[in-house]
Order: sequence, then structure tokens, then C-alpha cells
Amino acid sequence: MSEMGAGVDQTHEGKGGELLEVRGLTKIFGTLRACDAIDLSIGKGEIHALLGENGAGKSTLVKMLFGALEPAAGEIFWKGKPVSIQSPGEARRLGIGMVFQHFSLFEALTAAENIMLSLDDKTPILQVAERARELSKAYGLPLDPFAHVGDLSVGERQRIEIIRCLLQKPDLIILDEPTSVLTPQEADRLFVTLETLRDEGKSILYISHRLEEVKRLCDRATVLRHGKVVSHCDPRQETSASLAKMMVGDDVDTVRRTGHADSEGAALLEVKALKRPAANPFAMPLRGISLKVRSGTVMGIAGVAGNGQGELFEALSGEVLQDKADAIRIRDTDAGRLGISGRRLLGASFVPEERLGHGAAPQMRLSENLFLSRHVTDKRALLGMFGTVRVSALAKAASRIVKVMDVRKSGEDPEASALSGGNLQKFIIGRELDRQPAVIVVNQPTWGVDAGAAARIRQALIDLARSGSAVLVISQDLDELFEICDSIAVMHDGRLSAPMPIAEASFERIGLLMGGAEPERTGLPENTETA
Amino acid sequence: MMRLELVKRPQHSVLFSAISPLIALVLTMIAGAIMFSILGKNPLDALYYYFIDPLRETWSLHELAIKAAPLILIAVGLSVCFLSNNWNIGAEGQFIAGAIAGSILPVVFPDFQTWLVLPLMLVMGVAGGAAYAAVPAFLKARFNTNEILTSLMLVYVAQLFLDWIVRGPWRDPGGMNFPETRDFHAFAILPELMPSAGRANWGIVFAVLAALILWFILRKTRKGFEIRVLGQSPRAGRFAGFSSSRMVMVAFLISGGLAGLAGISEVAGAIGQLQPSISPGYGFTAIIVAFLGRLNPLGIVAAGFVLALSYLGGEAAQISLGLSDKAARAFQGMLLFFVLGCDTLIHYRIRLAGRAMRGGEVTTNA
Repeated sequence: MSEMGAGVDQTHEGKGGELLEVRGLTKIFGTLRACDAIDLSIGKGEIHALLGENGAGKSTLVKMLFGALEPAAGEIFWKGKPVSIQSPGEARRLGIGMVFQHFSLFEALTAAENIMLSLDDKTPILQVAERARELSKAYGLPLDPFAHVGDLSVGERQRIEIIRCLLQKPDLIILDEPTSVLTPQEADRLFVTLETLRDEGKSILYISHRLEEVKRLCDRATVLRHGKVVSHCDPRQETSASLAKMMVGDDVDTVRRTGHADSEGAALLEVKALKRPAANPFAMPLRGISLKVRSGTVMGIAGVAGNGQGELFEALSGEVLQDKADAIRIRDTDAGRLGISGRRLLGASFVPEERLGHGAAPQMRLSENLFLSRHVTDKRALLGMFGTVRVSALAKAASRIVKVMDVRKSGEDPEASALSGGNLQKFIIGRELDRQPAVIVVNQPTWGVDAGAAARIRQALIDLARSGSAVLVISQDLDELFEICDSIAVMHDGRLSAPMPIAEASFERIGLLMGGAEPERTGLPENTETA
Repeated sequence: MMRLELVKRPQHSVLFSAISPLIALVLTMIAGAIMFSILGKNPLDALYYYFIDPLRETWSLHELAIKAAPLILIAVGLSVCFLSNNWNIGAEGQFIAGAIAGSILPVVFPDFQTWLVLPLMLVMGVAGGAAYAAVPAFLKARFNTNEILTSLMLVYVAQLFLDWIVRGPWRDPGGMNFPETRDFHAFAILPELMPSAGRANWGIVFAVLAALILWFILRKTRKGFEIRVLGQSPRAGRFAGFSSSRMVMVAFLISGGLAGLAGISEVAGAIGQLQPSISPGYGFTAIIVAFLGRLNPLGIVAAGFVLALSYLGGEAAQISLGLSDKAARAFQGMLLFFVLGCDTLIHYRIRLAGRAMRGGEVTTNA
């Protein structure tokens, strides 16, 4: 492991001189030093990783480099000259391009039209399409310029963003968590593209928290924690564990799968041929989904975002009702026509993907947010005469949850929006676990949650299953699913594959199913596909 | 390029949240004083006639209660609507509908005279207002129409219907062709509280009672929680198991019913008959009252008196200083402006930004 807090020049010399150098870059929000005297240098023709947990200051740093935020202090040198980057337009003119994690594409327009909109000059559409096609061929980014974005997969949309970025002929490309929406195979293809770009002498700043891919792809890494650089290192010389330790500043508890899953337990959650038409042109219909989650087990549903996971969650939770009562059975009771309160009364619990605005009301206090999902099931404890809310009972329960889940907060009973994402998620999960639900359905349990909190949440889910509950986890994070699940099924295009026991599952097989391969074909020998 | 930016404060001051309406009032007075001096009047005189003179005599305080009662009743109902994110702008129409429905007994059946008449009238007034509010509510819940538009348009329907009915079928047969109904008989009149001191009637009691009850519901009960959570964050509300479309009906029925009660109380109390025009815009002014009272029923009681004062003060200033009644309107408008301004500045602070951030790229959060 390299020395902590090392300066810029000690660790590495860039291949062809430094393209970008940052000294003492600082950004302050209120009392928070989001970036505190950051030093960073990126050489010509290197892939440089920017590692850090959520809230470590990665986004803030990148926004300053891209001209979207103004630094409070520090200097930026571009090709050896000091620059002050005033706007994203200026960053582009200098030769800095960026591919955001969340795309900004118009779904109703074609790929070429979307690209044209981002160009400063008025290039005719056919010429744009032609150039896009050339680039897509040169870099192995297959794309039909005249396809409507609404019809494209997330991976294809990302290619539009990358091509859009490449059209500006940047010297430095910033990629923010590019693989978070890709299947393992798509990610492999992206790595090939990035390596091609590097070999041409372009530099890439690669933001990620996935350590394996950083180790595989990147030449150098800068690790941030709490807004400070804790290390400049060569990720190839590090282990995943040592990188994780730099990011978190501590050893991360490993999740332990204690005990054995009872594969003959009673099916507490049963879904039979669940169908749901698409609610709008951009929603995914559910095309006959069946599954069984048994007592004592954790089942995972993998899949690329937008393949019907959100729609499935709403159907399971009862926010959307089914036509047939027996399409969903909870603890041997038909629940298809019951709303979310009725399903909760049967012993089910739900944690949606979106924390603010779905799982919790942002402007309401924690205790009120506890009431949000518990007011029916814990009526006796929480409601008094005339339907009054028993504030003291609520406060007591809330502080119990805060303690059990180690929720870090400021103030006695803050508004939900005042908590960090990870802490709010711990509270929401704790709120549901506190009931000891017989069935729990969780969508993206640790999305955007720091490693420490994620480990805690995952352990809590396993422990719940081992105490006899049925746990269903929908997630796009394969590492997470392999860590906690007893079986994994894959969702693609509104369909669900048969579940695979964890012993038989591999990244390769799951990845192929995520990409839409037919289930029979997933038995093929590994490594049949590369770009 | 210099420009102003609103930046959300990480924590808003509880003290300033509490006194913000008072700050707004003071600012309104300062701005009002400036306006009066531009109009060539002595600003101190004007403020005196606006805010002090109406409070000097008992009969005038009674008038204040008469004006405040409908404002409070309507605004308390509107607070339920606004908190649950239902924009009922048609309280003026529901006020009129309640007045007409409540007047059926004394106008159509003038010989039916028992002590039962008044309670029945009040119940019918509530029912009339609620039924009239149910129209935009149903249209929104069923067809997803915009309730701002439908409720507002129904105001004009109600006004014209009232105009027609008092000139047509309900015109007083012994009334020399004046466009008004017969005077209500004694059993149909809302009693005055202290007849020897002034005209204030039971309307103000209804208003304060309604405010207390709704305050209790909103602050202390699960129903209140349901109303607030569906307004703030509908998806979280659905996750809690509440129904948005049922809330549309509930909120409109409550606010329509209270507006209807205000309507029948006004005609059975201060007016004593139906006329082509029975409201100086109570239904619209109540929107200001609701926001000045921060959508809190107890705050609304105070705010109702403040705006009632601006009505009376406007009249006083008109008589004593010859100020146009438009000045009173401008005054009410400034008040709303400062209330909303103060509320915004409690949650946000103004920053002078030296340079512009470009385009939508910035908002795509990494």
C-alpha cells in the first residue's frame, strides 16, 4: 500500500507529461469541506481512477474540473498552463469531455438528433449521423444513429453519450460510474473501447467504486475520503481489500452467511403468472412472472435497470393491484387484490428503490416517516383515541431503530432529507426489520450507500432470513446478490428467468441472462463473447 | 455576468419561521406608507385609518368579526386543500352555492317557521357548498382535469346562477321588483352574540370552532398525517397506503362544506336575504388568509382578522382620506407578496453569483 496523503509527484510519472494537474483544489458548502486541498495529476494516455465512497467528494471534484462548480481555492493546470474553467462549454473547448452517470437524452428523439442538440455549431443532421457512425465503428460502439432513444437499452444510450463526447475531440474524458448500468458483458466491451482510446493517447478519468474493474483497467488511482486525498497508488499493486480500506478508512465488516438456507421451507411469497400492461410508453410491461420465496432464504433478482424491476416492485407491494387475487400469495393468503396496507397486515414489508419521495417523505421527520409505513400494522401502539398519533411511542420506536441500525444524524428528530443517503436507507430498512416481517421485498437495498452501511444492511437481511423470513432482493449490483442470496433469478424485458441456486450461478451466466440470452443458452462454455 | 441566486439554507430558523408573518406585516406597512405618500397622503394618517381607527370602537370590532368569520371559515377549509396539494380556487362559488342551498327554506317555504329552520338551513348550506365542490373534485379524481381551472370557472357559474335566481324565480313578490329575495323570517336569522353592543353573530363562533377542530385533526391525528403526506410527497403517501383520489374528494368536500357554511351564515346573519351579490370576494381573499396563516388553522384565525381589518380600514380610509378602494386591494396584494417573500427567504438565502452556470448539464447530478 502506498503512503497515505502522499503528494502528487512522488508516486508516478505520467507517460507523456501531465495533461491535467490540480493543486490544492478546495470547495466548501456551508461548513462542509466537500473537497479539501485536492492534488491530482493525470498524464497523457493514461486511465486514471478516482475512487471513493459516496460523499467522499468525487462528484464535487469532477464538477469543478468540468466547470460546473467554482473552486474556493486551488489551481488547475491544463497542459502545463494555469486555467480557470468557467463553464462546461469552456471545459469542452479546452478538450475536456464528460459522460454523466445519469444521461441527459430526449427519449422521443433519435440518437443523431440528440447528438446534434449538444453541438455548438449547426451541423446538418446527415453529417452528424455520418460522423457518429464513423466513430461508432472506430471504437467498437455499435449504434444506429436513427434509432429513437426511447427504444434503446441503457447500454446503447450510454454509447450515444460517449459518441457525443468523442465528437468534441476531447483530450480528457471523464466517465462517472459508467458500468453501474451495464451487464458484465457490456462492461467488457466498454473496457475495450476505453483501452483503444488510451492507446490513441487520450486520457480518461474513471470514477468508480467497483474495485475489481479499477484494478483491471486503470494505470493510476487517486483515493478520496471525506474530501481529502488519502492516497495516490497503482491499483494493480493493491488488493481489493487494501483499496477498500483506503476508501473507507477502516476494515469493512465482511458479510457472513451464517447457518444454512432451508430449501424446503414453506413458500411465504408466491407469485404466479403475474402480468401487468405498460402504464406509459416508456414503462416495461410484466409478461407473466412467477416466483416463490421460501422461509429462511434470500432470493435475488438481477437485471439491468429498466427491465421491469420497478414495475414488479409496485405490483408486489400492492401500490398497483392485480386483476387476479391469486396472482400474489403472501403466507398462503391471496393478496393480489389487497392494497399495500392489507399486504403489510399479512406480514409483508417493502423497501422501495427511491428513498426520498417514495420510501420516505423528505420534509417529514424521522418519527413521522416511521409512522408512514407502520400506522396500520402497529395501530395499537401508535394510535390513541379519535385516531390521534401517539408521539411519545413514535419517538421511542424511532430512537430504537436509530440505535439498532447505527443511523448517524444531527438533532433529535431531523427531517428525512437532512440525512445522508446511506443513513436514511439504514433507517428505512431498520423501520421495516423492526417489525420482524415474515416477507420483505427490497429494491436496490444499498444503491448509493457507503460500504460500511451496505455491509450492515446486507447482514441484517441475511439475519432476517435465517430467523425464518422470506427475503426478496431486487438489485443491479451483482456483487451484492452473490454476497447475500441463496438463489438468483434474472429479469429481462419484463420476464423473469428460473432461479439459479447460488452454487450454480456465475457472473458469466447471470450476465448473459441480463443481456437477454435465452435460458437454454446460458449453459454454454464461458468466454464465448467478447467485443 | 452578475445575477441573483436562491440557495437553500441547510437549516431554517425556527424563530424566524414563527415570526415571519409579523415581519411581512411590518414590511407591508412600510411599503404601504411609501405608497400613500406617493399618492400625496400623510402616510401616518393613512396607516392610522387602516389599522387603528377600526379598532377603536366596540361596534367596529363587531364589524371586524363579521368580516373575519367568512374569511376564517373558508380559509380553514382551503388549508386542508392546499396542504394536500389540491388547488381549490373556487371557494367563492362554493360560498354562493351554500348560500343558495341554505336559503331554500326561508325563501321557498316562508310559512315553515319553527326553531328547526335555522339548523336545517346551516346543514343545507354545508351540503350545498360541499356538493358544488364535489364537481371539480370528481372531475379531477376521475378524469384528471385541472382543478384550478374547473373550480375557478364554476365560480362564474354560481355567480350568474345567483344573479338569475334573485331576479327570476326567487324574487320577492312584495319587493317592488328589486332583485332580491324576501327578507328571512325571524327563525331563519343567525342570532347576534351581543345585540346591544354590535352586529357580530354566531358566524365568528362557527369559524373559531372550525379552526380548532381542524387544527386538532391536522396536527394530532392520522387523518392529518395523511393529508400532509399526500400533499408533500404523493408517492410516499401511496406507499403509506393512502389514496390520492380519495383525498381529492375529502379535501374538496371539507373546504366546500365550510365555504357553504360561510355562505349561509353570511346571508342568514349580516345580510338577511339573498341579493345578486353577497360577497366582496371572500372566497378569493381567503386564499391570502390561508397563506398568511401558514396553512395552520390557528394562524388562519389571526390572519382572518388582519385581512378583515384591511377591508374595514380600506373603507375608513376611503371615507376619511378619499383614498381609492383600489388602494385597499393593492394593500392586500402587497401583504401576500411579503408573506410569500418572507417564507421564501427563511428557507433560502440570496447569493450574488459572479458567473452563470451553463445549461442543463450542471443539473445532471453525478
